[in-house]
Amino acid sequence: MEHDEIRLALVEAIRKAETILPCDVVAALEQAKESEQGLARVQLETILKNAEIARAGSIPMCQDTGIQTFIVRVGVSYPGLSSLRALIVDAVSQATREIPLRPNAVHPLTGENTGNNVGDHVPHITWDLIDGDRCTIHVLPKGGGSENCSALKMLPPGDGITGVKRFIVDHVVACVGRPCPPGIIGVGIGGGADLSMKLAKLSLLRPVGARHPEASIASLEEELRDLINESGIGPMGLGGKTTCLDVHIEYAHRHPASLPVGIIYQCWADRRARVEIDADGRVEVM
Amino acid sequence: MERMLATPISEQEARDLHVGDTIYLTGTMFTARDEAHLMMLEHGAPFCVEGLALYHCGPVVKQDDGKWKIVSAGPTTSARMEIFEERFLERFPVRIIVGKGGMGEKTLAALEKVGAVYVHYTGGAGALAARAISEVTNVYWLSELGMAEAVWALSVKEFGPLTVSMDSHGKSMYNKITGQVQKNLARIHSQIERREG
Repeated sequence: MEHDEIRLALVEAIRKAETILPCDVVAALEQAKESEQGLARVQLETILKNAEIARAGSIPMCQDTGIQTFIVRVGVSYPGLSSLRALIVDAVSQATREIPLRPNAVHPLTGENTGNNVGDHVPHITWDLIDGDRCTIHVLPKGGGSENCSALKMLPPGDGITGVKRFIVDHVVACVGRPCPPGIIGVGIGGGADLSMKLAKLSLLRPVGARHPEASIASLEEELRDLINESGIGPMGLGGKTTCLDVHIEYAHRHPASLPVGIIYQCWADRRARVEIDADGRVEVM
Repeated sequence: MERMLATPISEQEARDLHVGDTIYLTGTMFTARDEAHLMMLEHGAPFCVEGLALYHCGPVVKQDDGKWKIVSAGPTTSARMEIFEERFLERFPVRIIVGKGGMGEKTLAALEKVGAVYVHYTGGAGALAARAISEVTNVYWLSELGMAEAVWALSVKEFGPLTVSMDSHGKSMYNKITGQVQKNLARIHSQIERREG
């Protein structure tokens, strides 16, 4: 019974993420639209109109419904841990049929499609153990076009902050219109090759406009956002003032000899939702 | 300039279009991504495509009472098709290619030779696009290629806004923007260096 409720909540969260653009993203797009003219403005108007049609009709806002990605922050005392993986997998399969989603899980070499968005290691689940007895499941469907614009660079530490800034700006500029700008640039600094990429993806859970709690990182986020927006790439790469809506940075301490920087590019369809479950099994989709 | 176009589109109509024009398309479009390009180049077109619009798109489709219905159908990244498009255009003279992100020099040259245009449609606008698609008239190679890669023949009404971003006169909006972006990048670099210096 409780399992059904969690599975249905997960299906609902996937539907919400796929069909309702978060209000912080809508607000940022509205604001960007006011600053643009001509073709750039037409692109933003079209995106906003599309988001409204998707919301009103409960239709996936983009035909690339993504790879279903989950970040599970689960308390060590949460009683339902053992069934969560199976529930997430079942929910993805059900959502694929019911919403419907595009079957996007193909064999990496043969291209054979599993038909239900379930395959080896997908849906992709990141497990994060926390204190307490609650569980939060973040749903982050991630499109292929923007994921193709990911990057990792192992900088020599001597390149310092200037090198970090240059790498991020140069990479975003090299991507031009391919990742469907204006989007969110997720950045992970430090840790190691894999951790910097993971932090970059986790940074996308933050709403647009939410700054890093440390002032120096928050100011670096704003500086990079403004520098990227001076590139003139604009909405969809057709020119304009708005190339990104935000830059989010997370960091980890690093080895003295390494300065890894990971970038995960998120398109304007910054799809997010979450399920909150408490120890008594009360479930809420947010 | 803003105009309405209906398929079949003649070579002259295509040559009358210029970079910056906005069009709305009525008539027949068919989807083809990477795999469908390969399939058509190997086996030929499943129906006559001359004068129609080619759509770089892998839609979400569902079946209601045995009838196919498009759920969401925005454009995919056209750059992946650059390796096929010159050969494709010469063999299958569509007059409009709908996609996002633009294409390269080989396609630009082929557009000029054949008399066709590349038009940009807003990436991710899948729900809006679906509303302009009135009917799925046929589907080809569905079992072989799957939903996203199959060729879907679509009847569309005032599909757009579409922006002509590469025309048959050798003009590409992307080349112009890239030049400007490179200039801006040099200025951004000097700002980064200055702040640290």
